[in-house]
Amino acid sequence: MGSITLKNVSKVFGAHAVIPSIDLDINDGEFVVFVGPSGCGKSTLLRLIAGLEDVSGGEVVIDGKNATELPPAKRGLSMVFQSYALYPHMSVRGNIAFPLKMAGEDKSVIDKKVQDAARVLNLTDYLERKPRQLSGGQRQRVAIGRAIVRQPDAFLFDEPLSNLDAALRVNMWLEISQLHQQLKTTMIYVTHDQVEAMTMADKIVVLNRGRIEQVGSPLELYHRPDNLFVAGFIGSPKMNFVSGAPAAAYHAHTIGIRPEHLVLSKDHGTWRGTVGVAEHLGSDTFLHVKADGIDTMTARVSGDFPVTHGDQVFLTPDAQRVHRFDEKGMAIR
Amino acid sequence: MARNVSTRRKLLTTAAAWTIGILIFFPILWTFLTSFKTEAQAIASPPAFLFFDWTVQNYFEVQSRSDYFKHFMNSVVISFGSTLLGLMIAVPSAWAMAFAPTKRTKDVLMWMLSTKMMPPVGVLVPLYLMFRNTGLLDTRVGLVLVLMLINLPIIIWMLYTYFKEIPGEILEAARMDGASLAKEIIYVLTPMAIPGIASTFLLNIILAWNEAFWTLNLSAARAAPLTAFIASYSSPEGLFYAKLSAASTMAIAPILILGWFSQKQLVRGLTFGAVK
Repeated sequence: MGSITLKNVSKVFGAHAVIPSIDLDINDGEFVVFVGPSGCGKSTLLRLIAGLEDVSGGEVVIDGKNATELPPAKRGLSMVFQSYALYPHMSVRGNIAFPLKMAGEDKSVIDKKVQDAARVLNLTDYLERKPRQLSGGQRQRVAIGRAIVRQPDAFLFDEPLSNLDAALRVNMWLEISQLHQQLKTTMIYVTHDQVEAMTMADKIVVLNRGRIEQVGSPLELYHRPDNLFVAGFIGSPKMNFVSGAPAAAYHAHTIGIRPEHLVLSKDHGTWRGTVGVAEHLGSDTFLHVKADGIDTMTARVSGDFPVTHGDQVFLTPDAQRVHRFDEKGMAIR
Repeated sequence: MARNVSTRRKLLTTAAAWTIGILIFFPILWTFLTSFKTEAQAIASPPAFLFFDWTVQNYFEVQSRSDYFKHFMNSVVISFGSTLLGLMIAVPSAWAMAFAPTKRTKDVLMWMLSTKMMPPVGVLVPLYLMFRNTGLLDTRVGLVLVLMLINLPIIIWMLYTYFKEIPGEILEAARMDGASLAKEIIYVLTPMAIPGIASTFLLNIILAWNEAFWTLNLSAARAAPLTAFIASYSSPEGLFYAKLSAASTMAIAPILILGWFSQKQLVRGLTFGAVK
C-alpha cells in the first residue's frame, strides 16, 4: 500500500522558504506528476517525501503512519535519480541486487528477484556489464530495476529522463507508464516538462514558487485551469492571453485562448493580423500572428492550410472555449 | 589539432628536459656509485666516475655495524602504521566535510592546513617533554602517533578533494537502498574512492618514510628508523662517505622501488579530477 499525505509540510533554507506550506493527498496506486518551472520546489518536495531532506515543519504520512522522523531506508520508498546514480564499481547485477543485499535477503532470493527485474526491463544480456558500458537508456533501466526489486510502497522519480534524447524519452514514457499499469504501485514523478506530465500522469500537481497552484487530472488542468499560471503552463504551444478591451467584452480582466481554439480565415474574423513565423510540423502548422491592437498570438491550424510569412489572416476565438480571469489572475467560472 | 613544433625547438626542449632530469637525479646516482668505492676512493680528487675498484664491502660493514634490518622494520612499521591510522581517522572526517558540510567546514579545513605552516621545531620541546613523561620516547607507538598527526592534515585534504568529486546522488541512492552510514562508506564510497585513497596512501608512506625531523629527535636506538640509521654515519669522528653512501642507498632503495612501481597510480591520483 502506498498512500502518501503531506500535512502543512514546509522547508526553509536559511532565511528562504523554498516551500512555505503544502498539503497534499496521494492515493495508493496513483501516478502523480509534480510539474513546474525550475526552482519551483518540486524536487525539494520529492526529497522531503524521500527523507533525503528534513522537513522544517509539518508531517509526512506514509500509509497512515507518521514517517516524518524516519530515515530514507525505513520509508519503504524507492527513488530513481536524474543522474541515474548507479554504483559505477558494481555490475548491473550488483546494482540491482544492492538494495536486497542491504535488506539481508538470501542469495537465492536475490538471484531470482534480479533475474525477474532484468527480464521485465530487457536487461538480461547486460547483467555482467558495468554501468559505463551501457547506453543512457539502459542505465536508466538499471536505475529503475534497482528501484523495483525492493517492491516499495511507492516509487519516486526525480526528472529521470532529462538526460536522454527526445526519441528515447518518448519510448521511456511508454515503458514507465506500462510499468505502472503492471505494478499498480504509487509513483511520484518530477518533471519540468508539461508534455511529459500530461502524457503519463493520473494526477498532476502544478507547483510555482513552492506553492501548489492546482491539482487535477491532465484534462482537468487543460480544460479548467484555476489561474493564469496553470493556464499558461499547461498546454503546448502556450495559451494566448489578451487583456484590455477584447477581454472586457467577455467581462474579464484577461482572457485566454489556446492556439487550437483560434479559428483562422483568409477573409473575415474578429482580429486581423499578419503572419510572422509559420512552423510547419507536417500534421499541424503553428502560426505566430501579429494581431492588430493586441500582442502576438499563436494559432494552430491544420498542416495543409495554405499560409506563409507575411500573409494577412483573420483570427476568431471559439467563444465557448475562452478562459476568463479576474485582475488577480484567478479563473472566473 | 596538434601544434606544429619545429625540429630545432624539439631538440632544445628535449635537451633542457634531460639536463634538468640529470641534475635532479645526479646526487642519487653519485651516492649509489660512491657506495661501491673504498673510503679513499670516495674522497679522491679528481673523483673517479665509473673506473674504480668496485666493492660491496661497505654494505657488509654497515650491516654489521648497525643492524640495517632492524631500522628497516622500524621504518616499515612507522610509515605504514601512521598512514593506516591516519586513513582510519581521515576517511570519516573527509566524508563528513565533503558530504555533510556546515558553515564552518572551510574554516576547519584551513585551520588544519595552517598547522602545517608552523615550523615543527617550535613545538619540539613541549612534545619531547610530553613523550618523556608518557614513556613514548624511542618507541614505535610514539613515532607512529607523531607522524600520523603531522601528516593527518594532508591526508584529510587529499581525501576531501577526492570525495568532493563523487556525486552526492550516488550516496543518496545508497541511503534510499537501505544502506546504513557504515555500509554506505564501506560498499559505496570507499570502492569509488579507491584511486584517491591509494594515492593518498602511497604519498603518505613516502612522506612518513622520509620524515627526519621527528624521527631523529624522538628516537634513539630501539625505535630508530632508517633516517636515524643514515644520520649515524655522519659522526663527529669524521665522515665516512663510502659507508654513508651505502647506508643512504639501502635506506632509499625500498621507497624508490615502491615509488617506481606505483608511479602510474601516484600520477593518476594526484591529477584526479583535474580533467573530466
